[in-house]
Amino acid sequence: MADLTSNFIGIKSPNPFWLASAPPTDKEYNVRRAFEAGWGGVVWKTLGEEGPPVVNVNGPRYGAIFGADRRLLGLNNIELITDRPLRQNLEEIARVKKDYPDRAIIVSLMVPCEEEAWKTILPVVEATGADGIELNFGCPHGMAERGMGSAVGQVPEYIEMVTRWCKQYCSLPVIVKLTPNITDIRKPAEAAMRGGADAVSLINTINSITSVDLDAMSPEPMIDGKGTHGGYCGPAVKPIALNMVAEIARNAETAKLPISGIGGVTTWRDAAEFIALGCGNVQVCTAVMTYGFKIVEEMIAGLSQWMDEKGYTSVDQFVGMAVPNVTDWQYLNLNFITKAVINQDDCIKCGRCYAACEDTSHQAIEMSADRVFSVKDDECVACNLCVNVCPVDGCITMKELPAGEIDLRTGTAVTDEYGNWTAHPNNPSQSTCAPGAD
Amino acid sequence: MPNSQMTPGVAPGRLPTETYSNNFADLHAPLDAHEAAVAADRCYFCYDAPCQTACPTEIDIPMFIRQISTGMVESAAATIFAQNILGGMCARVCPTETLCEEVCVREVAEGKPVEIGRLQRFATDKLMASGVHPFTRAAATGKKVAVVGAGPAGLACAHRLAMQGHDVVVMDGRAKAGGLNEYGIAAYKSVDDFAHREVDWLLQIGGITIEYGKRLGDGMSLVDLSAGYDAVFLAIGMGGVNALSADGDDLGGVVDAVDFISDLRQAGDMSKLAVGRNVVVIGGGMTAVDAAVQSKLLGADTVTMVYRRGKARMAASVYEQELATSKGVRIIYNAQPVAMHGEGAVNEAEFEYTSEADGALKGTGETVRIAADQVFLAIGQTLEGAPDGVAVERGKIMVDDAGRTSMKGVWAGGDCASGGDDLTVTAVAEGRDAAIDIHATLMA
Ligand SMILES: Cc1cc2nc3c(=O)[nH]c(=O)nc-3n(C[C@H](O)[C@H](O)[C@H](O)COP(=O)(O)OP(=O)(O)OC[C@H]3O[C@@H](n4cnc5c(N)ncnc54)[C@H](O)[C@@H]3O)c2cc1C
Ligand SMILES: Cc1cc2nc3c(=O)[nH]c(=O)nc-3n(C[C@H](O)[C@H](O)[C@H](O)COP(=O)(O)O)c2cc1C
Ligand code: SF4
Repeated sequence: MADLTSNFIGIKSPNPFWLASAPPTDKEYNVRRAFEAGWGGVVWKTLGEEGPPVVNVNGPRYGAIFGADRRLLGLNNIELITDRPLRQNLEEIARVKKDYPDRAIIVSLMVPCEEEAWKTILPVVEATGADGIELNFGCPHGMAERGMGSAVGQVPEYIEMVTRWCKQYCSLPVIVKLTPNITDIRKPAEAAMRGGADAVSLINTINSITSVDLDAMSPEPMIDGKGTHGGYCGPAVKPIALNMVAEIARNAETAKLPISGIGGVTTWRDAAEFIALGCGNVQVCTAVMTYGFKIVEEMIAGLSQWMDEKGYTSVDQFVGMAVPNVTDWQYLNLNFITKAVINQDDCIKCGRCYAACEDTSHQAIEMSADRVFSVKDDECVACNLCVNVCPVDGCITMKELPAGEIDLRTGTAVTDEYGNWTAHPNNPSQSTCAPGAD
Repeated sequence: MPNSQMTPGVAPGRLPTETYSNNFADLHAPLDAHEAAVAADRCYFCYDAPCQTACPTEIDIPMFIRQISTGMVESAAATIFAQNILGGMCARVCPTETLCEEVCVREVAEGKPVEIGRLQRFATDKLMASGVHPFTRAAATGKKVAVVGAGPAGLACAHRLAMQGHDVVVMDGRAKAGGLNEYGIAAYKSVDDFAHREVDWLLQIGGITIEYGKRLGDGMSLVDLSAGYDAVFLAIGMGGVNALSADGDDLGGVVDAVDFISDLRQAGDMSKLAVGRNVVVIGGGMTAVDAAVQSKLLGADTVTMVYRRGKARMAASVYEQELATSKGVRIIYNAQPVAMHGEGAVNEAEFEYTSEADGALKGTGETVRIAADQVFLAIGQTLEGAPDGVAVERGKIMVDDAGRTSMKGVWAGGDCASGGDDLTVTAVAEGRDAAIDIHATLMA
């Protein structure tokens, strides 16, 4: 069986599945149970300065959107950092670490952007025996208004400065957690690297309003008739997170920077995808908040089954394997031609592909009187919409046309030569850019 | 002229040949990948799930369904087999409507449970078809354990013991392993020789020897056996049947339902199997339903199941009763056998109607005669040949929670032992748990 043990920036854990800094890691009781359930590590719920802790709202702090069957797809929250005293958290961290020496405990931190504040908290955190720290530069609500969280994460100079302080006053590995509420994710990652960060983790939550109460005319979650934007997470944010991870992984400047992947990881497959795009491990929050700690069993069994099937014996063997295949649009091969094919044995005759293609796309699906749906190769542009709307997985697939075959839509023969937009005759700024250079 | 449903007496080939394969096909067709994905999606991944508690083997049902959802069907199967090595057979024969699916929160909420049994079959079929056996043996312990009876209880016990590194010898009086999986379960629940294939797959663990045609009691006593092994597990099922005490019970055509079913299960060609034009089945359990339904499927013209108490008291679930009536079986409640009539062979069965007051059954004096060329008796199986030395209590070998009998070094489980329902899945659970206790005892 595949070996799932993980060594992320020198921090060892029995598997690459960590719990992200959030309610699941807010106290000893939770973390002990998470470790018993099999989680490889946790990033403890973000700690603030010594002194009276922050206070949370006393009404609903979550909002959600759902798929069919009320399956939770996206969660939003207006919770702050830990609202328990610093001392208590530190004592608990020390106790749990002592009892679970093989698991990773990372302490998430958010204190004001002042050298003194960091200089004060770092030694007490280090004294707990924790394996590393994570700098929460991501929280988009409540703390940002106080000049912390994403307010820092949106200013690369601050990130660099705080990271440097942490490396200076603490010997633990430093992970910088990035906010997605920014235009170009590479900038904060580069800043973290300049500051000496050992790794970045991303994404934190995304600014969002999940719904509006149409009677009260207030955003949800609603507190006494008013609402505010919260942080969005869960399966819905995975595509955004994957893209940001990939941007950092393929950026020459940050290509070597280790990444801890976060955002919508729900199954073993999500985890494998983050890892393939360059993450050394993953962190999970919403999925455990939805289903409980036990899902890690499925993640462990699924990842090892898949690795066995592929012949990988350790996670490191496929970290970043998909990165070289992430390119810019202009370098995609325009001579690669496919056509949709509907497998009639699998088709349940719902007609969704027909509605999608006929009404909104290229009128490339034919429907017979007895509800047989077939693709018109002379119209199909291979957009994939029918594949995406079909309720039967694998019923509609894309078949690649071999070189020499005539594409019935254009009437021209398929060539096996690579040809991208940079060299395309229709490109007004056609350059002599070498094919494949990116 | 070929026989038909109307041919008098007991005759084979009452149906067109091609009808038989149709009649005895899978009761529930296996799910295809799409159906399984849709069915799996309905699971809520309940916390401390009621289905898991209801399963006698406590399979982690939400987990295996989640594993199906995430495309890891082999891992799902491993989750099932870790608890229930006969998870493939159980997926086919468990009365899920009174076990896991009965308590599914979606059954409670919508009257439509997650199809746990069929999903279990989807997962286990896939792994078994690949020929993979997901377990390996622990280092050899040098201990030898004898298992008597190769039914579900004996096989589950043997497998767990082998996994723990013990050497196991399984003895069975019959020519094939599987117990009632091979000789009892309705044919349409275990098609394509599944019982046999499952045993072969299970034995891949290694360390298990099966000795066929070897009966405890025939020149081999429990005391001898105990002396030669470190532990003994008794899983002999219930080989006896209750006798009918009615006039004419010795007439031709009056037979035990389990014998009829056993012949049917071993028949290569159903069209060669003789069945009465008019069949009467006496009893109200799973065996009665199976005998009635399969008589009908063999081409009997009329099949009547007669049960002495009311519908609610019937041991066969409502689902099983409906299965029977949907196949054309008529069920008469509240009637008890009085006499079988006929010259040499039975041609009529006579019943007296009953009424029930405070649990006591009373004849009403009114009788009815039903045409019968065959009468199948399904009025209960009994423990037969319990070895000397172990205490028997209310017709079963007495065991404690860990499966220990009154004799040191001897455990028992399955139908022959006290406690639990007489179901395949219960037999598996008891066999497995006895193995765990035997292991703990031997290694202490
Ligand atoms: C007709 C019928 C239909 C059924 N249908 C279902 C169903 O659909 N679902 C369900 O869950 N349950 C069903 N059951 C019940 C289920 O089959 C039993 O509960 C289960 O098989 C019990 O397993 P076991 O291992 O205890 O005994 P058995 O399966 O009876 O196996 C006992 C084994 O011991 C052997 N043996 C007996 N005596 C000796 C001896 N002295 N020496 C050596 N070997 C011996 C026998 O040959 C046999 O192989 C049905 C039962 C019957 C009779
Ligand atoms: C209720 C809630 C509270 C959170 N609190 C914190 C926090 O204190 N510190 C932090 O770094 N991230 C916090 N997060 C963000 C998560 O750690 C994580 O980055 C985000 O939820 C995306 O992952 P997911 O899609 O697996 O949930 C919180 C998320 C939620 C839902
Ligand atoms: S073994 Fe039977 S009761 Fe248990 S989950 Fe499977 S089908 Fe349900």
